[in-house]
Amino acid sequence: MTEDFIHFDKNDELCIIYVSGEVDLSNSAEVRKTILSALKTTPEVVVNLAHVEYIDSSGIAAMVEGLQFANSHGKTFGLSKPSKQVRSILELARLDQVFRID
Amino acid sequence: METNNNETVIEVKDLVTHYGQRKILDGVDLDVKKGEIRVIMGGSGSGKSTLLWHILGLYQPTEGQIKLLGKDIHRISFNEQLQLKQDIGVSFQSGALFSSMTVGENVALPLREFTELDENTIRIISRMKLEVVNLGGFHKLMPSQLSGGMVKRAALARSIVMDPKLLFFDEPSAGLDPVVASEIDDLILSLRDTMGMSMVVVTHELDSAFKIADKITVLDNGKNLITGTVEEIKKSENKRVMDLLQRRSRHDKLNPKDYLKRLTQENYTLT
Ligand SMILES: Nc1ncnc2c1ncn2[C@@H]1O[C@H](COP(=O)(O)OP(=O)(O)OP(=O)(O)O)[C@@H](O)[C@H]1O
Ligand SMILES: [Mg+2]
Repeated sequence: MTEDFIHFDKNDELCIIYVSGEVDLSNSAEVRKTILSALKTTPEVVVNLAHVEYIDSSGIAAMVEGLQFANSHGKTFGLSKPSKQVRSILELARLDQVFRID
Repeated sequence: METNNNETVIEVKDLVTHYGQRKILDGVDLDVKKGEIRVIMGGSGSGKSTLLWHILGLYQPTEGQIKLLGKDIHRISFNEQLQLKQDIGVSFQSGALFSSMTVGENVALPLREFTELDENTIRIISRMKLEVVNLGGFHKLMPSQLSGGMVKRAALARSIVMDPKLLFFDEPSAGLDPVVASEIDDLILSLRDTMGMSMVVVTHELDSAFKIADKITVLDNGKNLITGTVEEIKKSENKRVMDLLQRRSRHDKLNPKDYLKRLTQENYTLT
């Protein structure tokens, strides 16, 4: 059951998850589920945030959990193209120093 | 976040309230825009905390209207009320934590009450908020093991754990050392700038008020004495405002007869 706000491109090596719009309590569980299941089947997962306008703490927590899962299972996890605003939300909890962000 | 829209998020109209026979708020108006930090100042007993409690719907006013996020708080359905509760963060003057729970459990409390998030998610969010207030790693401690300033910061972490749209602070930095107090000011500013939160902050600290306020409202005897930008408040020629800025205590001219009554009449009450 993939919602419109999230979709992904996947091959054997890499899964890119595209998220758009607002990530909040109403849909962050879906983001979390998508990240964790992608990490189970692909060695590298990147979440593309280019079209995310707002992300709340539950959305950020999904990324943190993804990174933790990747680190403990020998996988790679990163974020790409956060907007200035999303980046400043990450900076508030100093997570810009924790994630690989391109 | 963009603050270019002019959406009013807090609207108080002609608020009048009494405690018993005493009039405590006497026709207060307040108009706070999205992304605005409004500082409320005024002498002790001027009605600042009372105003906050009424805006939060904890007390019923004698007269007046209060709208939060466009909704009249006295005329909303149960569900709207529940939603509003999630959109509002509060850190009171006493800033209490539950003493029987760890710091982390205290911070996580609103997430457990209002959401059905996964345990892992709840843990990560509440620890992230502790990082934000510089209490990273303190989640396992009990409140009694924290200093006064740390308790205040933990309470602050709890007040933002739901990413509220509106934040209400009653003296967030009272009793904190200057370094921590200024960190709280910075935090307040970055919450506005990153999350677009709107805030009402009651404070006695002039430096802090001038640093964080978009606008300042000065209450005096339950009335709105003046509302303006920091520059406007600094330039005000109003004697009461000047008194407040210079921290001079205000001495009303003594009425000897009334004074004697206050000291001697068994049934004397303030009116
Ligand atoms: N529960 C109450 N019952 C009766 N009177 C009260 C109550 N709470 C406050 N008051 C009175 O209302 C007036 C305003 O009090 P309030 O606590 O709002 O002042 P304040 O501006 O927050 O002061 P401070 O700066 O000291 O915190 C005071 O005169 C106080 O005595
Ligand atoms: Mg008070």
